[in-house]
Amino acid sequence: MHPVRRQRLMIVAFIVVGASAAAALIFRALSENMNFFYPPAQIAAGEAPEGRTIRIGGLVVPGSLKRAESGLDLEFRVTDNKADLQVDFRGILPDLFAEGKGVVAVGELLPNGRFKADQVLAKHDENYMPPEVHEALKKGADPGVALGGGARNDR
Amino acid sequence: MIVELGHFALILAFGLALAQAALPMAGVLRGVRAWSGAAVPLACGQFLFVLVSFACLAHAFLTDDFSVRLVATNSNTLLPAWYKFSALWGNHEGSMLLWLTILAGWSSAVALIGKDLPIEMRARVLSVMGMIAVGFHLFVLLTSNPFLRSFPNVPEEGRDLNPLLQDIGLVMHPPMLYLGYVGFSVAFSFALAALWSGRLDTAWARWSRPWTTAAWLFLSVGITLGSWWAYYELGWGGWWFWDPVENASFMPWLAGTALLHSLAVTEKRGLFRSWAVLLAIMTFSLSLLGTFLVRSGILTSVHAFATDPERGSFVLAFLGVVVGGSLTLYALRAPQSSGPAGYSLLSREAALLANNVLLVVAMATVLLGTLAPLVVSAMDLGRISVGPPYFNLMFVPLMSLLAVAMGVGPLMRWRDSSGASLRAMLAVPAASCLVIAIAFPFTYAGHWHAGAALTAGLTAWLAATLVAGLRQRLRERGGLRALPMLGFAYWGMVVAHVGFAFSMAGAGLTSIYSDERDVRMSAGDSVTLGAYEFSFLRTRHVDGPNYSAERGEFTVKNVSGERVRHLKAEKRDYHSQMGNVMTEAGIAPGFLRDLYVSLGEPIGDGSWAVRVHHKPFVRWLWIGGVLMGAGGALTLFDRRYRRPSAQQPVR
Repeated sequence: MHPVRRQRLMIVAFIVVGASAAAALIFRALSENMNFFYPPAQIAAGEAPEGRTIRIGGLVVPGSLKRAESGLDLEFRVTDNKADLQVDFRGILPDLFAEGKGVVAVGELLPNGRFKADQVLAKHDENYMPPEVHEALKKGADPGVALGGGARNDR
Repeated sequence: MIVELGHFALILAFGLALAQAALPMAGVLRGVRAWSGAAVPLACGQFLFVLVSFACLAHAFLTDDFSVRLVATNSNTLLPAWYKFSALWGNHEGSMLLWLTILAGWSSAVALIGKDLPIEMRARVLSVMGMIAVGFHLFVLLTSNPFLRSFPNVPEEGRDLNPLLQDIGLVMHPPMLYLGYVGFSVAFSFALAALWSGRLDTAWARWSRPWTTAAWLFLSVGITLGSWWAYYELGWGGWWFWDPVENASFMPWLAGTALLHSLAVTEKRGLFRSWAVLLAIMTFSLSLLGTFLVRSGILTSVHAFATDPERGSFVLAFLGVVVGGSLTLYALRAPQSSGPAGYSLLSREAALLANNVLLVVAMATVLLGTLAPLVVSAMDLGRISVGPPYFNLMFVPLMSLLAVAMGVGPLMRWRDSSGASLRAMLAVPAASCLVIAIAFPFTYAGHWHAGAALTAGLTAWLAATLVAGLRQRLRERGGLRALPMLGFAYWGMVVAHVGFAFSMAGAGLTSIYSDERDVRMSAGDSVTLGAYEFSFLRTRHVDGPNYSAERGEFTVKNVSGERVRHLKAEKRDYHSQMGNVMTEAGIAPGFLRDLYVSLGEPIGDGSWAVRVHHKPFVRWLWIGGVLMGAGGALTLFDRRYRRPSAQQPVR
């Protein structure tokens, strides 16, 4: 092969290999860090994986918020009007967290069926509702419950 | 009455935008100079009427005219005047009017400052800008009219501005960001005008470079302000969240930074021409994509205003027209070859190519992470979000490589530089990089940390290579006497690169060494965080102009027991119909570290949930952002932009 051609071939091969390796790494990183959203009904049906970071959301059940005697442990229940999910959290709730309002939590499902939240996100303004929560509530629709909540990242 | 006047002025401005798009174009096509020349008064007239419209809306906000729906939903009589004014753009309709005002402003700036452009070129650029303006005028008038009245049910009182937005950060952040976003429309218009005329030459690069730099510097400052605002106003000490809307502003910044650097190559060497055009198209398209993401409410984000599918589809259609149209023009007109000039692997061209590749790959990874949730949801595979670990994983290697290239680039010569002289110049920077990388983690924290070593080493590398570059320049030009003659463009580059080093060091070190704890505290309790002891003294009730608050007072002592700072953190309850509660953090800022306290919620028996932070080097992030903006501003004063008629011959 002509040396110039050979050199070009090497360059092209290098670019192709490099680009595919980079693409593979990027997609791997992406798929490892995708957090799926599950409403309580799907979790109750056993569709959510355990031990992987997922997001859940719905309305906070009124009267379900309980705090520990000391420390910052707390628990509350989230509902999509079809099923409830018990959420455990240690830390500070967002300012706009309220019972009866929309909430999204990031964390993992434990073998005992409870959800351990690392992060709780609550409403941003009253016109805004995270699309996931809206959809989850629509699916489990109960005409008695107004879709009044919204969401805000706890930043 | 004034409100209707504003609406009327906006419709007139729309008419002028139509004329600005059509008349100069016809002038260029038919060769009628008078029509081409009309672009200037039309652009200025459009700006004037949009400005009138903006002023009318501002008047409605300042006089609490609650018959205007926008004022009633976003303002309140108790609001300080300053925030009444900024409430104008704290909502969808008003922010789009701000967008239009800035677009018309850039347009008339090109018309007035670009006097040295050939009349046809100016007509082409202004015509393209007129077309963009037509699209946005239609968007505002058809889907987002800010002047809607709510007769006959005029509310007594407005619903108030979201308390998070009642802050100096919000007064400044959106206008700066928009100046940047929209400013890239100028670079885009220059690129399209050059494609249209078929003269994609070094003159084109020289014309569009200062405009690109100006847009870029505003975007840099805008993003920095946003990060700073999130840090102190959202109350929880975060400074970047890889939130879709943050990404939406970051992507044009990455593409714009690449554009800035490739235009340098085009201007100096006539290379990278079609690539630079593509980047200009990409940058502005990403600005529009950002608008689409924010305005459609399609993504979950703190920035999402109330959603409206109609608006989303409008912006998406507009994006389709802009991207489709400009790429078609590109495909038809892009130059096939870059000309005869070649360059070696050890040349400034090669270093800038590396810069471009890295920045575009970084942009692509952000784009992928931002759009993946949309794609997955559109394919009905469920609802996902992409976590920050993905972005961090991508950015650490990419930015490290970028920093390495950034150190070498300015030392290289155009075309070809000798390996021996490079080695000689790089010996000291490489050694200092190594020494600092090894020494820093031990001296700062007392133990090894690979990430901290990488960050410190790269920061030292950037600083040392800049010094080496300065020495080389001075030696070539005859010693220290040459110092005042190095030119604004050179100093601009130095300042901006120092800024990047600061931001990189700040991001790396604060991520690694920050410490935070959530604790339950009652008055009298203390908590130790690293070398600091935070004591909770008491809470007090305080009243602000439009809120009441519980104020927690803290003192912070260092190891030797000296009192370092007294901090006040507040939990505010705003008196408005929204009934919003907000956290106002207590921050002791410092060059080397911030101490940060925020009050969570009261949890019975008089105790509070409290979060305390120790955040080393966090300020470097924003110092860096401001320096990058300042560097951009410096280059605008360079000689070659002051007398564009005295053009440098192209080698």
